Amino acid sequence: MSGDRARIDYALRLGDDALVLGQRLGEWCGHAPMLEVDLGLANIALDLIGQAQHFLAHAGALEGHGRDADKLAFRRDVLDFKNCLLVEQPNGDFAQTIARQALFSTWHELMLQRLQGSSDTAIAAVAQKAVKEVAYHASFAREWVVRLGDGTAESRQRMVDGLDWMWRFVDELFAMDLVDQAMAEAGVGVDKSTLRPEWDHLIDAMLAEATLERPAPRRGVMGGREGRHSEHLGHMLSEMQFLQRAYPDAVW
Amino acid sequence: MYTTELQNQAGKPKAQVASTEDPALLEAFEARVAADEFIEPKDWMPEAYRRTLVRQISQHAHSEIVGMLPEGNWISRAPTLRRKAVLLAKVQDEGGHGLYLYAAAETLGTSRDEMVEALHSGKAKYSTIFNYPTLTWADIGAIGWLVDGAAIMNQVPLQRTSYGPYARAMVRVCKEESFHQRQGYEIMMAMASGTPEQKRMAQDALNRWWWPSLMMFGPPDENSPNTAQSMRWRIKRDTNDELRQKFVDVTVPQAEAIGLTVPDPDLKWNEAKGGHDFGEIDWEEFYAVVRGEGPVAKERMKARIDAWNDGAWVREAALAHAAKRNARAAA
Amino acid sequence: MSDPKKEWPLWEVFVRAKNGLSHKHVGSVHAADDRMAIEAARDTYTRRMEGVSLWVVPSAAIVASDPAEAGPLFEPAEDKVYRHPTFYVVPDNVKHI
Repeated sequence: MSGDRARIDYALRLGDDALVLGQRLGEWCGHAPMLEVDLGLANIALDLIGQAQHFLAHAGALEGHGRDADKLAFRRDVLDFKNCLLVEQPNGDFAQTIARQALFSTWHELMLQRLQGSSDTAIAAVAQKAVKEVAYHASFAREWVVRLGDGTAESRQRMVDGLDWMWRFVDELFAMDLVDQAMAEAGVGVDKSTLRPEWDHLIDAMLAEATLERPAPRRGVMGGREGRHSEHLGHMLSEMQFLQRAYPDAVW
Repeated sequence: MYTTELQNQAGKPKAQVASTEDPALLEAFEARVAADEFIEPKDWMPEAYRRTLVRQISQHAHSEIVGMLPEGNWISRAPTLRRKAVLLAKVQDEGGHGLYLYAAAETLGTSRDEMVEALHSGKAKYSTIFNYPTLTWADIGAIGWLVDGAAIMNQVPLQRTSYGPYARAMVRVCKEESFHQRQGYEIMMAMASGTPEQKRMAQDALNRWWWPSLMMFGPPDENSPNTAQSMRWRIKRDTNDELRQKFVDVTVPQAEAIGLTVPDPDLKWNEAKGGHDFGEIDWEEFYAVVRGEGPVAKERMKARIDAWNDGAWVREAALAHAAKRNARAAA
Repeated sequence: MSDPKKEWPLWEVFVRAKNGLSHKHVGSVHAADDRMAIEAARDTYTRRMEGVSLWVVPSAAIVASDPAEAGPLFEPAEDKVYRHPTFYVVPDNVKHI
């Protein structure tokens, strides 16, 4: 794999993670359990959409075919999306959304901490800004896991179910493929496998405080980074990309 | 976003309840308000003033919250990342404005839960405008331009309203809303100068939102029985018709500037009055929408009630967790 | 009827706009616990770089003076003009005093 292609893919992965999760969180707007929570989720979504803009713009610039962040967001089909499977999972109930957020943001923060030192200065610059945003996302979400896990019998069951839904997508976060290896070696990316112990530690501490068991180990579902997604992503894209697809000549 | 006074909409003033309040207190209160002093939460106030304020502020708050839905309908389909971020930030702002306003009303002794309950039971009203559907992306432009434009016109004078917490909330709301109308107009401008399909959507959106926007200012002055009282109490600072006229006069040139046609054959400049004459508003439709017969009123209320009911277990869990935590801390 | 026990408590929010200024009351939020109150205050009242520090105080913990008592509490200060520097006459040609 050429270094250029790997670097483009790397930027796309970072951008797509943020875009897809931002899109999912936007679905809550106006429908959250409490007004204050509605505002909080929208803030997280806005942070992520901003990060997506930066990472996708960088990917487009590296590619050099004149595709900007919008072209990449709205004119790629599902096979070319490189986000992890976790972020495209449906919102479900609030517990499922929080489970997704806690697992992802905890990983995301560790990633961005390392990426601040990336040899790719554009990636490093975005990471430096984003890491503060994501530190908030992670603590916001983990606190909610604790409240719901150690709340009522109903909230506990829902939290268990939410984590159970999301848990099969955890391994993918730490998997290293050829792109990741090339980028880690080039000093652009991160050896994600080294993030796992710290992630486990943070998640275990959260689960302990929430009085929850760690979900049973299971075979990780993979493929998002190569464009092999769940069925959910296609539906999300058909909605998200509707206007750009239906009116390809229009400027908005 | 804003709702005007919607009670007594048929123009029948309520029978005046004989006041049992101390005339000296009442007189002192009226004098303070007439001198443009602010009234603060713990100050003595006539019951009718308190009731009117709770009704108006909570209607205003409900309008912000229900108003999140028509625009929220397009967050997932916004055509660019910039538009998506702007729209999400705007809809979130509306949630924030609802929150500020509920907080202002809570200082009058009514809890947010009580207000939410009144909304869900149909007892409380919200602005009629949100009971119309958003069909195309141009509707997002039209709402920002026209609906926020009308709202700003209503809200700016309320920064000087007599009740301190309401006035302070409105200062914050007005400051934050200054971008809302501009982003809407920008969307309309892009579409009006775009492809034929975009132009069609833009004109169609103006056609559908124009009259409901004029209705946002509330019934004509002669059918607005509470206006005089509310103006005397500085809860309201301009009459419905004054504001409506002002809105028409500023908006018509904005439509012309981007090549859109205001859907009113009777619209013409009246040199003598220094304003536009415009056609008759369909007040039958307005009152029907106030009664809850708007095209998507059922969808709007269902969405709010579902969100509230679906979130009940979350709210309960957070309280249960806080109680456990406090008990552990005390042990 | 709504059950007050089921509503998240109300918190008053104070924001320090920048270091050097005191915290100023900006409004309130509902939150089930103190950490949530800080986050709700952050998400509600500091979206436009309004602050660098937050206080949240349970509304129920605030003790307020009674407006009916405003006379005895505040009016006695009105005739203590000698507490203000402008009360004193100093010749025009005397500086830095």
